Parts: sequence; C-alpha cells; structure tokens
Amino acid sequence: MPKAVFPNRLLPYLLLSPQIAVTLVFFYWPAVQALWQSMLREDPFGLKTTFVGLQNFSNVLADPAWLNAAWTTVVFSVSTSVLSMGTALLLATAAEKVLTGKAFYRTLLIWPYAVAPAVAGLLWLFMFNPAMGTFAYMLRDAGLAWDPLLDGDQAMGLVVVAAAWKQISYNFLFFVAALQSIPRSLLEAAAIDGARSGKRFRTIVFPLIAPTSFFLLVVNTVYAFFDTFGIIDAVTAGGPARATETLVYKVYTDGFVNLDLGSSAAQSVILMAIVIALTAVQFRYVERRVHYG
Amino acid sequence: MIERDAAGRALAHLVLIVGVLIVAFPIWYTFVASTQSVETILRPPLPLVPGGEFAENYGNAIFGGMSRIGGVGVGTLLFNSTVMALGIALGKIVISLLSAFAIVFFRFPFRMACFWMIFITLMLPVEVRIMPTYKVMVDLGLIDTYAGLILPLVASATATLLFRQFFMTIPAELVEAARIDGAGPLRFLRDILLPLSKTNIAALFVILFIYGWTQYLWPLLVTNDNRMNTIVIALKKMVSFADADTPWDMVMVTAILAIAPPVLIVVLMQRWFVRGLVESEK
Repeated sequence: MPKAVFPNRLLPYLLLSPQIAVTLVFFYWPAVQALWQSMLREDPFGLKTTFVGLQNFSNVLADPAWLNAAWTTVVFSVSTSVLSMGTALLLATAAEKVLTGKAFYRTLLIWPYAVAPAVAGLLWLFMFNPAMGTFAYMLRDAGLAWDPLLDGDQAMGLVVVAAAWKQISYNFLFFVAALQSIPRSLLEAAAIDGARSGKRFRTIVFPLIAPTSFFLLVVNTVYAFFDTFGIIDAVTAGGPARATETLVYKVYTDGFVNLDLGSSAAQSVILMAIVIALTAVQFRYVERRVHYG
Repeated sequence: MIERDAAGRALAHLVLIVGVLIVAFPIWYTFVASTQSVETILRPPLPLVPGGEFAENYGNAIFGGMSRIGGVGVGTLLFNSTVMALGIALGKIVISLLSAFAIVFFRFPFRMACFWMIFITLMLPVEVRIMPTYKVMVDLGLIDTYAGLILPLVASATATLLFRQFFMTIPAELVEAARIDGAGPLRFLRDILLPLSKTNIAALFVILFIYGWTQYLWPLLVTNDNRMNTIVIALKKMVSFADADTPWDMVMVTAILAIAPPVLIVVLMQRWFVRGLVESEK
C-alpha cells in the first residue's frame, strides 16, 4: 500500500458516496427487511402481521416441498458442475496438445459465455422440444418416449445440459491457464524417467491443477445455485410436477406467485447463509493458492 | 513437445473438433431456423443449411413490430438491452474506480468499514433479496424505468477489489512525485491513474457488459410495460408451445439478435475478455 497519501478529509467520503448509497439502498436495507420479514407472519388477507420468531424457518425446513427443492438443487448443481468441468478439462488438455489452430479453437469455444442463461435454455429447448425439435423427432423415431415437458428426469437432463453448455467456456479458459502454468521442465523430467502421458497426467498435471479445479467447483456451484434461474424459468418453469424446482426458483414462486412472504423471506435468509459459506470457502482457498505459487 | 506423438495430436484435434461442434451447434441450429418459414420449422427434421427466408424474416423482425409482445419492435428491445448493459458496465466501473481510489490513496475514519461494507455485497446476490428489493423499487417509483433496471445492479465488490489490488501496486514514489509537482488528488486520478488503468477498464468492461446483457430475473421483475422489456425477456415471453400460432420464425430471429451483440463483443475483444475473466475472479 502506498505510504504517500493525500491529506484531504472530505473528498474520500464524496468519492465513496455513490457506491455506499447504492449498497445501503439496494443491498443492506432489503437484506435487513428480508431478515425481519422472515420472522413475521401475515394472515391470508394481509391485514394482520404477527411476530413468530423462528417459526417460519422451522416450517420451511420441515416442508417436504422445500426438502425436495433442496435435493433437486444438489442433483442439478453436481451434475452441471461435473459435466461442464469434465468436458472443459478434456478440451483444455486437447488444446494444450495441438500445435496448430489453438487460437482458432479457443475463439470457437468461448462464445457460449456471452449467451444469456435464459437464451441458452431456449436454444436447447428448440432442438429438443417434442413439437418441432429435430432431436426430439429423432429420439422418438428411435423408439424413445421423449417428452421433457412431461417426464421429470428428461426435463432435468435438458436443463443440466443447457446449464453445463453455457459454463464450458468459462471452465475451459481457467483450465487452459492452469495447464499453461505447469513448468515444462517437470513434464520433461518425468518423460525422461519413463512416465507415459497417462501417468504424467495422474501424478503431475492433476495435482498441480487441483487448486484451480477446486476454485472452479465453488464457482460452478454458485453458478448452478443462482445464475441458472433464467434457464429453469425458460425451459421448464420448475416443472413437470416440480421436478426441476431449485431453491432459488422456489423463493421466487413462493414470493411472487403464492405471495407467502414470510416463508419466501425465510428461504431467502437460508440461501444467504449458503452464499456466505460458499464465499468464505472461495476466499480461504484464494489465500491458500498464494502458497502454491 | 515431449514425445513426437502424431497420433496423440490427431486425437486431440478430433476431440477439439467434436467439442467445437457441440458448443457451436445450438447456435447454428437456431440460425438455420431463423432463415426458414414457419412451416419448415414446424416440420422436423430441420435442414442443416440456411433456407431462403433470411432477408424476409430479419426484415420483418426489424422493421415490422411483433404482435406477440404488444407491437414492440426488435429495435426497441435491442435499445433497452444496450442501455441496461452499458449503464451497468459503465456505472460499475465508475463507482468502483472512485471507491477504490478513496480507499487506497486516503486515510480517514471508517476507511476499512467502508471497504467491508462494499465487500459484503458479494454475498447478497439479487436472488436472495428478491422481494424486499422489489418493494424498495415500488416505493421509489422505479418500476419500468431505466434507472430501476440499472441502479440495483450497479454496486460491485468484484470491480472495487480489482481496482484496489491494482492501485496498491502503484509505487509510493509516483504519488509523492505527483504531489511535489503540485498535483491534487483529482488531477492525479485523471492524469496518472486513469491512463494506467486503461487495460483493466477494457477487460472489466467486456465482462460487465455481458453481465448486464444477460440479466434475467431482475428485468423480469422490474418491467411490466412491454416497451421496457430487454430482448432476453421479450424472447422468453414470445415462446409458447401451448399456443398454435407462435411465430416461430420471428422467435428464432429474436434469439439470434439477442445472442449476437454480446458474442461479437467477446470474439472481437477476446484478449481483454480472457484477461478480465481470469483476473476479476482472483
């Protein structure tokens, strides 16, 4: 940190004021409201509000629909992260191997990053919807009863593929950066000692990219939890029969569609706790990574 | 390379080609669909090469209003998305740059408290404070306004952290020299810090523009009027499988137009994009 600083007293507050104002009005005030609302209950006509303490939380945690959404979220996040990171790692390793066309491949692999999640969902829905999707038509021709608008597992498969597709670019770029930072001399030494490429990957490359993989796992989990609202809303709207209703989607439907404010607020607070935990993990890891070099 | 492994390299090319095909296919499929008539789209399988309706479909979409979304033309939608994305990107950059400048180059009471206040917003994504934030917007009368689309998303812990990190690498001698030469803080900001931050700003701009363009939940809540829709929201509203007269050709054109601007920015500003992505996450 520079030791020479400017002596002004008022100016720094002026410089900070726009950002602080925005965070107070649009972040802290609503967050406090959410906390407060989560301990209230309104009667069905919105006439009387009573303080119920932690009642909303115990109701939410005992609600089978919420537990179902929690399980759906876990299945969705794990499948999306594994599928997307696996594909990206395979592509990044291949991109490290080729001598020509690296930039060309990279350009063609990064654009899904710029596609909005909701639009990504729709693109896959165009190909796989039973009414006009070419692939739905081919699957049905092959004798499969394909209808993601009716079958929960197929709906889940479709949103997972769309969500993972969008995230491949991001994971690919980070894996490429991690692979490039591995010292050539290590790999050469191992090759001279007779380690084949499979063994080199297992014993050198994989341990060295483990920190990046862990970082990506956290980022992908956050993405699957929060940024995929658009995909789910556009492709399945949480259906069929709640098979793809994630926690964030449930906060939205309970708040804006069912108008159950207390429960929706309690769910928001639980989500907030999850984000705080994930962010803490992410930052602890960033500090550790410094030592890895 | 360690081994002269032609077979391995050929395999790597194969993997990459298959990967590129998978990654690019959904966009190609939609592009092909956007150049066909509704009848062709509704009769799968879809051909793999573009049809002859390119000029007609895109012309209709751009110059004729779309009845499905209240007669609002694609131009209005693109304009709304652009305003929102630019507003968010530039807004975040300006207020984060000023905050980081204050935190690094001044000493004042509650300095670290301010820093932590900004930092903690990382843990409060829109999704966890949907209802109360919506209520704030209603109270402030910001529903269906550009300010309502932009302001709540404009605070940025990530950008502030990035600028702070960068400012901390600036040698103290540079600040001292500027002060000896009689430069005040604002002059130092304008003539020294800004030029040095140019690449960081470009990198952040790409990432933040895409962030703004691809927003979904927030514009969905804060706009009721069709004329205030972003193109992503309008596209979602147009798609209906239950409805027999969904204009699928127009849907496909809108999808391509919703994808094109951010994709072009990523591809054309690739160098800054990669830099911004890798650095803003550190």
